Amino acid sequence: MNILVCLKQVPGTTRVNIDPQTNTLVRQGIENIINPFDSYALEEGVRIKERCGGKVTAISMGPPQAEEALRQAISTGADEAILLSDRAFAGADTLATSYTLARAIKKIEDYGLIICGRQTIDGDTAQVGPELAEVLEIPFISYVSQIEEIDNGHMRVQRLIEEGHEVIETSLPALITVVKEINVPRLPSLRGLTRAKSAAIQVWDARELDVDQDRVGLSGSPTRVIKTFFPQRAGKAEIIQGNLEDQIANLIEKLKGSKLI
Amino acid sequence: MGIRVDTEKCTGCGTCVAACPFTLIEVIDEKAYINEGCTLCGICQQMCEYAAITIEEAEEVVPASDSHRGIWVFAEQRDSQIKSVTYELLSRGRELADTLRTELSAICLGHNVGEIEELIAYGADKVYLVDDAALDNQEDLYTAELARLIQEYKPEIVIAGATSLGRSFIPRVASILKTGLTADCTDLEIDTEKRLLLQTRPAFGGNIMATIICQTQRPQMATVRPRVFKKNTPNGNKKGEIIKVDFNKEGVTSKTRLLSFVADLADRIKIEDADIIVAGGRGLGKAENFQLLKELAAAIGAALGSSRPPVDDGWIPYSHQVGQTGKTVRPRLYIACGISGSVQHLAGMQTSETIVAINNDPEAPIFEIATYGIVGDLFKVVPMLTKELKQ
Repeated sequence: MNILVCLKQVPGTTRVNIDPQTNTLVRQGIENIINPFDSYALEEGVRIKERCGGKVTAISMGPPQAEEALRQAISTGADEAILLSDRAFAGADTLATSYTLARAIKKIEDYGLIICGRQTIDGDTAQVGPELAEVLEIPFISYVSQIEEIDNGHMRVQRLIEEGHEVIETSLPALITVVKEINVPRLPSLRGLTRAKSAAIQVWDARELDVDQDRVGLSGSPTRVIKTFFPQRAGKAEIIQGNLEDQIANLIEKLKGSKLI
Repeated sequence: MGIRVDTEKCTGCGTCVAACPFTLIEVIDEKAYINEGCTLCGICQQMCEYAAITIEEAEEVVPASDSHRGIWVFAEQRDSQIKSVTYELLSRGRELADTLRTELSAICLGHNVGEIEELIAYGADKVYLVDDAALDNQEDLYTAELARLIQEYKPEIVIAGATSLGRSFIPRVASILKTGLTADCTDLEIDTEKRLLLQTRPAFGGNIMATIICQTQRPQMATVRPRVFKKNTPNGNKKGEIIKVDFNKEGVTSKTRLLSFVADLADRIKIEDADIIVAGGRGLGKAENFQLLKELAAAIGAALGSSRPPVDDGWIPYSHQVGQTGKTVRPRLYIACGISGSVQHLAGMQTSETIVAINNDPEAPIFEIATYGIVGDLFKVVPMLTKELKQ
C-alpha cells in the first residue's frame, strides 16, 4: 500500500521569551524541526509499510528550506519526498494549505492511506487534516491512537476522545490524524542518514500542481491576522513577603479568608 | 504580491529579526532585509513599530456579500444531553447578537435530546432541531447536515465548542463551505461597522495573541474551548421558537462506522470539574517530584494539573495537561508550582477565580496573572504548605 505522510517544518522551540524592557519577542538558538506530531505520523506510516509492504511518501508544503525536514523524514524511513514550494503558496491559512496539499495528492493518485499529525506546534489549529480529507472526499478519523487492523481496502482503529476511546472502521483510502500515544518514533539509522544525503527531493510548484491561483497562498486564504498583541494582565500578583514560615501562614490565612480552603 | 521593507521608514532596530519564527531577517547597513523562504506569516509586520514592513495583496480584498444574517451556535450534545460548552457559547453569542442587532440560533443534531428549552433560556431566539436516530455520534452525518443547513439558512457567524467533536468535524464543514475557520479562540468580539467577528487566539507558537478576521467569505466560523466563556443565568421566561428540520437522509452516508466505545474510567476525577487544582511545570525538574504536588493535592482535595513540558517529557499523562493544547479549566483555586506561565498555559487557566503562583523567578509571567505569589523554592514552599494545611 502506498502511504502518504503530510508533514510541516516548524521552528524547533515554542519557548519564546519577551524582553521585559522592549516588550519584544526574543528567540534564541532555534533550529527548524519536523513538527513532533508529524513524526508520529511518519513512524506509523513506516511501520505499516514494514508490515504490509508498499512505500511511504512524505509531502510538505513550505519554503525551500523545508527540504531539510523531508531529508530527515527519509533518514527515518520515508522512501520518497515531495516539497510543494512556490512563492505563490506563501501566506496560506489552513483552507489554502489543504487545497494545495490536495492538488499534490490528486497528482500522486495511487495511495491507500494519508496520515497527518493531529496538529502543528506552531499553528496549533488541527484543521489541515480534516479540511484535506474533505477536499479529497475521503473518510476521515481524528486522534487515532492505535491501528488495530489494516489491509488493502479497510482499516480498524482506536481513537482517543475526551470521554474515552472509540473503535472505528473505515474503507480505504482514508485520512487519519494521529496522537502521540500511537508510537515512539525511531531515530535515524546510519543507512537512512546516508540515503537522506543523496536522495532526490522532488519540488512541485504552482504550475506543476496546476492550481487555481485564487485558492493558494494569501489570495486563497479567507482569514487574516489584523492585530497581534501581548496579553494584558489584570494586575500583578500580591507577592507575599517575609520568611518562609510567615509566607506560608499569610497565604493560608488569605485562602481561608476567601473560604477557598 | 509579497513582503516589502520600506527603507525610508526602517530604522534597523532589529525587532523584526528577533520576531521572525524562521530567522529569515537580517539587518544589513541598518535596514531590515528579508531572505528567501518567507511564509508571509506577518509577525514582523505586526511587531514593527515604524510600519516599515508591508505585505501586499495581489488584488483588493472584496468583502463578502451581505446576504448572510444571524449567529449560530452548534449545540453539541452527547448521549442526548446538551454539553455545558453549548450554554457558554449561547451566553456569549447572545451578547454578540445584540451588538449586531441580529438573531441568535442554536442548531442541534441528535435524537431525543433533552432540555431543548434550555437553549432558549440561555439566549437562543430560535432552535433548529434535527431529530433522527441515525444522528448519534456520527461525524460524517454532522458534517454533511450542518454544511447543508448553513447553505440553506445563511448565518453570518457560526461558533462551536473546540471539543474533540468540534475540532474534528467543524473544519470539514468549513472546507465544504470554502470559508475561514479560527481554532480555539479565547475571545470573540464584533466590529460593528464592518459586521466582522474579531477572533482572538494565541498565535505563532509564542507568547503573543492574534486577532483574526474572515472578510471575504461567509459564514465566519470559530471554535472556542470549553470554560472560556461564562454561562449566564438561564432565563426561563425568555421566548423562542423551536423549528424542526427534517434530516436529509438521502443526501448523506457515513463513510466510517463506530464499532464500540469504552469510557475512560482511569480519569475519574476530571480536572475540568475540580474546584481546586494543584499544577506543576518544568520547575519540578523530574517525574518523581510530582509526588510533592500529589501530597499537597491530597491535603486539600485538589485535582492534579500540569503545564505542557512535563507532559511532553512523559512525567505525567496528557489528561492532566492544562492549556491551549490541553484542557481549559476554571476552578475556584489554582495553585501553580514551578510554572513560568507561557501564553498557551495561561489560555487554559487564567479565568480561575483565585490563582496562587509559587516560582523562584520573580520575572515569570505567571505572577502577572496570579492573585497571590510566593517567590521562592517550590521544594521548600510546597512541603511546608502541605504540612501546615494538614494541621
